[in-house]
Order: sequence, then C-alpha cells, then structure tokens
Amino acid sequence: MIRVVLPSHLRMHANVNGEILLDVDGEATQRSLLDALETRYPVLRGTIRDHGTQKRRPFLRFFACQRDLSHEPADAPLPDEVRSGSKPFLIVGAIAGG
Amino acid sequence: MTGVRVLVGTRKGAFVLTSDGTRKSWDVSGPHFPGWEIYHMKGSPADPNRIYASQSSGWFGQQIQRSDDGGKTWAPVDNKFAYDGVPGTHQWYDGTPHPWEFKRVWHIEPSLTDPYTVFAGVEDAALFRTSDGGKSWAELSGLRGHGSGAHWMPGAGGMCLHTILLDPVDPKRMFIAISAAGAFRTDDGGETWQPINKGLRSEYIPDPHAEVGHCVHRLAMHPSRSNVLFMQKHWDVMRSDDAGNSWREVSGNLPTDFGFVIDVHAHEPETIYVVPIKSDAEHFPMDGKLQVWRSRSGGNEWEALTKGLPQSNCYVNVLRDAMAVDTLDTCGVYFGTTGGQVYASADAGDTWSAIVRDLPAVLSVEVQALK
Repeated sequence: MIRVVLPSHLRMHANVNGEILLDVDGEATQRSLLDALETRYPVLRGTIRDHGTQKRRPFLRFFACQRDLSHEPADAPLPDEVRSGSKPFLIVGAIAGG
Repeated sequence: MTGVRVLVGTRKGAFVLTSDGTRKSWDVSGPHFPGWEIYHMKGSPADPNRIYASQSSGWFGQQIQRSDDGGKTWAPVDNKFAYDGVPGTHQWYDGTPHPWEFKRVWHIEPSLTDPYTVFAGVEDAALFRTSDGGKSWAELSGLRGHGSGAHWMPGAGGMCLHTILLDPVDPKRMFIAISAAGAFRTDDGGETWQPINKGLRSEYIPDPHAEVGHCVHRLAMHPSRSNVLFMQKHWDVMRSDDAGNSWREVSGNLPTDFGFVIDVHAHEPETIYVVPIKSDAEHFPMDGKLQVWRSRSGGNEWEALTKGLPQSNCYVNVLRDAMAVDTLDTCGVYFGTTGGQVYASADAGDTWSAIVRDLPAVLSVEVQALK
C-alpha cells in the first residue's frame, strides 16, 4: 500500500482525514499513483493535474523521502520507500499568496 | 414572503445570511469551503433551495459546488471546463497573441425556469452551459468564435466574462459582458452573438469608439423591461433603450463615474444604484466616504445615500458582482465590500446598516426572497 498525504484543502474537498492508503496497479509511478487517487476520489480530478494536459498544477509539489520529485518524469518509478509504504508520498501546496 | 437569504462569496469562503421579512436581525452560517475563493453563488429561480457556487483556488483550480437544501450542505459537481475545439489566441496585455487558458468561473447564472440548466461565465472569457445540474459543462463557442475574439484583451483583473443577463420574456435572448471586450447579445439561444457597444467611448483604447475592447464592469436590467439596459463601464454609467443596439451616457451629477456595481430597484425600473469609486488608480470611495448613489429617473439625476454608511476613513472597494436587490414589497438593496462588510437597506437605499462585518474581502452578493 502506498501512503499519500494531501494538503488540507484537498483533504477537506475529498472529505478524508489523515493519510490515504492506495493500491496501485502495475508499477508505482506518479502517473499510476495519481490515476489511482483520482479513481478513488473523482472530486480530485483537475485539482492536482490539469484536466487537459495532465501536468502537475503549478503551485503543487510532490515530495517524498526528503526529495522534491516534482520534476521527475510522470512514468518514473517512485522511490522504494514510497512503494513499500515506509515513507509517504506528499502532495504539497506551495507557500504562496495570501 | 417569509424571509431573505443573502449569499456572500468572499476571498476565503462562502457565507449564507438569513433573516425574516423584517430584515432586522441576521443569522450567519459559514465559512463554507474555508480558504477557497468563492467568486459567485446564485440560487435557481425555479428551485430556490438549489444553489450553485463557484469555488476556486490558485493552487487547486476550479470547483463547482451545489446545494439542494438552501446552502446547508454542499457537494462538488463537475469541474471540467474545456473550450470547444482548438481555443486559439486572444491578445495579451502587450498586444501579442496569447493562448486561451481557463482560469476560473466568475459568474453563475441559473436558468429562470429549469434548476438543472445553468450558465457560467469564465476567465479566459467564454460562456459555458450545463443542462444536468452541473455534472457536465459545454462551451457556447459561438461567442468566442463570432469574429472579434482574437482581438479581445484582458482587463487588469483578467479577461473575465462576468455578467450574464437572461431575458425573462424571450428565452433565446441573452446579454453578457466581458472585461475588456465589451457587451454582447444573442437572439438565438447562444448560437450566434453580436457586439453591442455602439455609443461607448473609452479614451484608454486606441480607437475610443471601437466595436470591441471596452472595459465593461457590469450590466443590469429590470426583468419587466428587457430592452432597457444599464451599464457601469470602467468610466461612465451608460443606458440603452434598444437592447444594447446603442448606448448613451447617464453619469449626470455623479461625483465620479468610475465604479464596478450597478443594479435596478426590484419594482421601479427607472430606479438604479451605483457605488462611485474614486478612479481606476485609486479603488476606494471619494474622500473616504462610502456612498451609494441612486437615480429615480433612469440616470443623469443622482442622489447620494449615506445614512448608516461610513462617512470618514473608509477605503474599501465594492466589486462588480457584489450588489443585489431583493423583491420584497419594500425593495431591499445589499452590497459587500473588500473590507468584509455586507451593508443592507430594507427601504430601497434610504438607510443602511452592516448585516455582517469583518468577513474576508467580499467578491459577490446575491439575494433570494423566500416564500
């Protein structure tokens, strides 16, 4: 199981508390993880990735294992610690705005 | 009438204010969607307990929320606003072509007769419609495609479609306004559109009388007389008596004719309201005095309404979707400020009081009279 942590606004929007545990089909990548997340919570479609381009929204970042994975290819394997569930995949809102 | 419900959209959430017909004491619920921008909320005239809200965020994009119980509970519906076909380009601030990009829904206009049909005005400017209660949205692309779209340019607040007026008499007629393209009308249910900006004069654009390019801030119409339109332009308050085919200025004795809101009394089609703002460089009232100005003659002759409004050290703004009127026997008038106050008058503007204050900056105000 992969652990996913959403920013508070998206937890509220999807009506979830705490971490999300996800089963990801096939190889665990950013794309397959986000596909699984949006399948479980359709209201998150368009909130993390653009509907059309499927690119990460500009003010969101992906962190895990004390690394910024935001610019990793969408189909690159996630770190072993994320795939094993020992470390969470963090979706983080940029500190910006007022 | 048994009561009034005021829907307030703010920079950091939505609030629902309710009162009985006396409109003296108010209950406040909210914030709904705390931390999100609520550009607009509006209830269905056909089913007032059905309310739609535009919820957006620079981080997480656009959401449309729907309540079927008068704003007590909400559920997200669809949030996908895809332009029809290849969207092409409009002009950017520097005059270069810029791709059309969806940013947010500025204004929601439910059908007058069907609670499942709603129109949405978006940035970058386009008009969308749902016929299934918000579960899916399709662009009425005849507006962007009518010919001048490539020449539209954003105003300072973005290239937003902010006003949608539905004709109560002719269901195929609709008026919209875009900053900074101007006003447009369809007579065939949104298939084809024509610019309706003759008579507008905007000194800040290369051709002050251009067919498009005017920064229209707001349109208003009395439902009994849909050929008469009122406009708060960037500068100038305007009036049309021929459904927008021509306009004439009715700023008259206003202390400044810059502003954002304009609205019409619910029972007196010649009584209109504006909130003069000092200038496009200084978005606050003149001399720190917050004043609504009322004309009972459809423009030109205006009177200041000040009782109950701050007359010193007030430097708030009143944004374009932040004024509304109710339909009670004595018409109520409401407006919200960027300082977080919502002011109401239960006597058509003669006296005012703040029915809530210290909210986040108010983006929109709508009112429902409840039976």
